[in-house]
Amino acid sequence: MSNKHEAVEKNVGLFVIFTILAISIGGLVEITPLFFQKATTQPVDNLRPYTALEMEGRDIYIREGCSNCHSQMIRPFRAETERYGHYSVAGEQVWEHPFLWGSKRTGPDLARVGGRYSDDWHRAHLIDPRSVVPESNMPSYKWLAENTLDGELTAKKLETFNWLTRNRSHKNEQGEAIPLYTAEEISGAQAAVKGKTEIDALIAYLQSLGHALK
Amino acid sequence: MSSFWSIWISVLTLGTLVGCFFLLRWCLKNFVGVKEGESTGHSFDGIEELNNPLPKWWSTFFLITIIWGFGYLVLYPGLGNFQGLLGWKSSNQDVVSLADSKAQMAAAKESGLLVQYDREMDAADAKYGPIFDAFAARSIEDLSTDKAALKIGQRLFLQNCSQCHGSNASGTTGFPDLTDTDWLYGGKPEAIKESILNGRTANGMMPWGAALGGEQGIKEVAAYVISLSGRSVNPDLAEAGKAKFGICAGCHGAEGQGSLAMGVPLGAPNLADHVWLYGGSQRVIEESIRNGRAGVMPAWKDILGEEKVHLLSAYVYSLSQK
Repeated sequence: MSNKHEAVEKNVGLFVIFTILAISIGGLVEITPLFFQKATTQPVDNLRPYTALEMEGRDIYIREGCSNCHSQMIRPFRAETERYGHYSVAGEQVWEHPFLWGSKRTGPDLARVGGRYSDDWHRAHLIDPRSVVPESNMPSYKWLAENTLDGELTAKKLETFNWLTRNRSHKNEQGEAIPLYTAEEISGAQAAVKGKTEIDALIAYLQSLGHALK
Repeated sequence: MSSFWSIWISVLTLGTLVGCFFLLRWCLKNFVGVKEGESTGHSFDGIEELNNPLPKWWSTFFLITIIWGFGYLVLYPGLGNFQGLLGWKSSNQDVVSLADSKAQMAAAKESGLLVQYDREMDAADAKYGPIFDAFAARSIEDLSTDKAALKIGQRLFLQNCSQCHGSNASGTTGFPDLTDTDWLYGGKPEAIKESILNGRTANGMMPWGAALGGEQGIKEVAAYVISLSGRSVNPDLAEAGKAKFGICAGCHGAEGQGSLAMGVPLGAPNLADHVWLYGGSQRVIEESIRNGRAGVMPAWKDILGEEKVHLLSAYVYSLSQK
């Protein structure tokens, strides 16, 4: 009797094809349909684009690896919403590239940290976390107060986000897509951030978090 | 979800489950042509390969997971638009605003849909609602001596306020001490509650360097401010500073007694006492005048709700009543 399984075991090409088929099913079922769902492609009503300074702050957040210790994803449990506010929904995240959900909470969730503390607090806390929270084990980020932005790439970033979100922006009354950034905002982007410190940008970004649903 | 995607998901999901079942059956067949437990003829380094079947416990568990999968898909949402027989849902994920979220919660309740998150909130409301209601009906003074109320207030404080004001509420540079009797906006129960509910965001001290004629002016006014709390300074500098203090008096009062003493909620501190929010040295006072200060108390009404703020106010009020 011939061993049919042997045909797969001894033919790498065939084995690769079957493997790809098997592992792609999960993605085809769970991920692909999301590209076409209203809940995951339409922004919530109050979502506004990041300003030029907030956009720079977001890149600093990514550069410093903040999402290694801070999540931006409030799960729909009462224990979480009591502390952090309304649970996160997909419509708040449709303009995020990349997502900064994080998967680990050494520090607290930051999805709605905007407005919770004053700018002064964030400044003191980023420069020396233990000056305001003695129990904190967060590292100090004091260089952020010394580095200034030149804003050379800021306009490019805004343009890129216009392109990335081209099918998912708000619509005007005629049903036409409104780009995230106008031509004036893009041309004025460098001037808006130039000379500001990195800490200014990061604080602006943090203060913007969660604005769309609170 | 459109019916295309609903069908897409259902067909792939059910197809995979059925496929897994047939794959298992197929793999349980004997392909090698010798009886179970006998040698297949392969041997290497003295190790012989026997024709052993898949372990029984393993193939049985595989079968059980397939049956479990079907059971789950019948009861819970998993097949596209099919909601599952239990009508269970984790949360309303397609909300577009807070108002919409509330409306969807109400609608789910009306239609008997089991939204897990909503049920958790309902259960908590039923349990804790009456407790908070009872506290909300009492005055802050009354609550400030109630042990149970203070216990809740302290926990709320540690969770939400200690990041700035410290876990013992004694504050730090730039963040007021709440345990003393010195207040920027008033220490009466209603003033405290107002500060927490709506925050204190509108005010702040502007930079005054230019208006005072540069560094010399800053130095003189700083010297005069230090003299207000009875410390000894260069009398010439203080004299010159006093002449310029007029523009400060608008908020801090002619004697530097602060806006609260004048009965206006500007948050301008008393400069004649020994309490210094940012520090009382010549250097720090000069810095405050040169760059201004913009201390902000965030508003907590929308985050915590009025009932919790009421208890927090009682706790904060109790701290300065000892």
